[in-house]
Amino acid sequence: MMPELGKYAEAVLSSYGVSIALLLVLVWASLRRARRVKKQLEDIESKAKRDG
Amino acid sequence: MNLNALWAYANPKKFIQATDRVLPWISILAIVSLVVGLVWGFFFTPEDYRQGSTVKIIYIHVPSALMAINAWLMMLVTSLVWIVRRHHVSALAARAAAPVGAVMTVIALATGAIWGQPMWGTWWAWDPRLTSFLILFLFYLGYMALWAAIEDGDTAADLTSILCLVGSVFALLSRYAVNFWNQGLHQGASLSLDKEENVADVFYYPLLVCIAGFVLLFIALVFLRTQTEIRARRTRALLARERMG
Amino acid sequence: MRAGGGFGLGLAFFLIVVTLVPFGVGPQSELLARIASGILWLGALLACLLSLDRILALDWEDGSLDLLATAPLPMEAIVSIKALAHWLTTGLPLVLFAPVFGLLLSLPEPGYMPLVLSLLLGTPALSVIGTFGAALTVGLKRGGLLLSLLVLPLYVPTLIFGAEMARRGVEGLDITTPLLMLAGITCGTIALLPFASAAVLKVNLR
Repeated sequence: MMPELGKYAEAVLSSYGVSIALLLVLVWASLRRARRVKKQLEDIESKAKRDG
Repeated sequence: MNLNALWAYANPKKFIQATDRVLPWISILAIVSLVVGLVWGFFFTPEDYRQGSTVKIIYIHVPSALMAINAWLMMLVTSLVWIVRRHHVSALAARAAAPVGAVMTVIALATGAIWGQPMWGTWWAWDPRLTSFLILFLFYLGYMALWAAIEDGDTAADLTSILCLVGSVFALLSRYAVNFWNQGLHQGASLSLDKEENVADVFYYPLLVCIAGFVLLFIALVFLRTQTEIRARRTRALLARERMG
Repeated sequence: MRAGGGFGLGLAFFLIVVTLVPFGVGPQSELLARIASGILWLGALLACLLSLDRILALDWEDGSLDLLATAPLPMEAIVSIKALAHWLTTGLPLVLFAPVFGLLLSLPEPGYMPLVLSLLLGTPALSVIGTFGAALTVGLKRGGLLLSLLVLPLYVPTLIFGAEMARRGVEGLDITTPLLMLAGITCGTIALLPFASAAVLKVNLR
């Protein structure tokens, strides 16, 4: 199944690997911060509602 | 379509509502395009007769390089919208896009350098295009650093948007300067698909799918991150109000 | 119009950089001769950079900047004058003393005139661009590192053409193209960048 990468195997695989890893980190960090900030806002808004 | 209707999304709440609706679909489309494009390109295309299997790197290098530039262009447009119409969503969208653009630039640099390695024999060479991307990365860093350094949101938005404008002019100028600077060295061995050989269909279609995937990923991330910025700004405002009694 | 104690300091810094280079790359005059024009340009650039925050920071802190903003002069003129003051105290001395430093780095004989001319043409651009960066960071405590991060990428075109002009001078090649490009950059920045710098200062003075 693996294509014949020949002598460039290291180059091709490392470039794919690094890029995909960077994208995954970016997506994961964005999601994590989004969740955290959303929760923070909800907490503050519900508190503001309670306190009037 | 009435373009003026777009201004409705300048309203932060409407923006969040609208993007909440489309975000799942864009994300799924992005993932599908990326997987299909990369798998197709990696497993099901032949080798280039000159570059061997390294040609497969284009499926990541080209889309990421395109997005690195387009992200900055989007930041430029949204910065202008902020300067002219002072829609906060616009300023926050620029802020949200910067890290995505920066990562795209790094990916373009890494894949570009690795792609060039068999050609140049070293892991890095001051090829004009790579050098221009390195300078672009520095512009991204400066932009993000300025946002982070300034406390007041509106001031930060104003300063970073002016920086984006000025930076864009200098980035363009740098591109020409760098070409001038390195014209002597890597004659003909520059980093691109050869223009004389028309990129064969067999390479072209998976590339298109990958480009689409990167574009969709960018849009999804910017929507998500802009929502986050809007919420963060609102949180800061509420906290400030609370502190004032 | 104050410019801080930049005059002697900029030159002293330039001297230090020039002194350090042989320690970094070795004292062989052949090597030094080859890189001298580039090192001198880099040194000039860094010396300019280091005196940038003084352009505006002192006036910001004691409130004179606010006063200036209410003066009948447009802000664009004020920032231009600040840039000029910076050039007179930092760029111009570098231009005048560059031959001395060239001597230290074994700069080949044909290189002196082109080097001085390139610095003369290019350092004004460095001051104008630097003033823009200084305006961006004027309100920040310890904005020095950020200032460098913002300004150095903006310096790239000036550095490329300036150093190229100096290098070609050393090798006796035609210096017209880089000279014209450098002059163009300087004229363009002097004419246009003050508008951006003024806008930035107005934002920061709000």
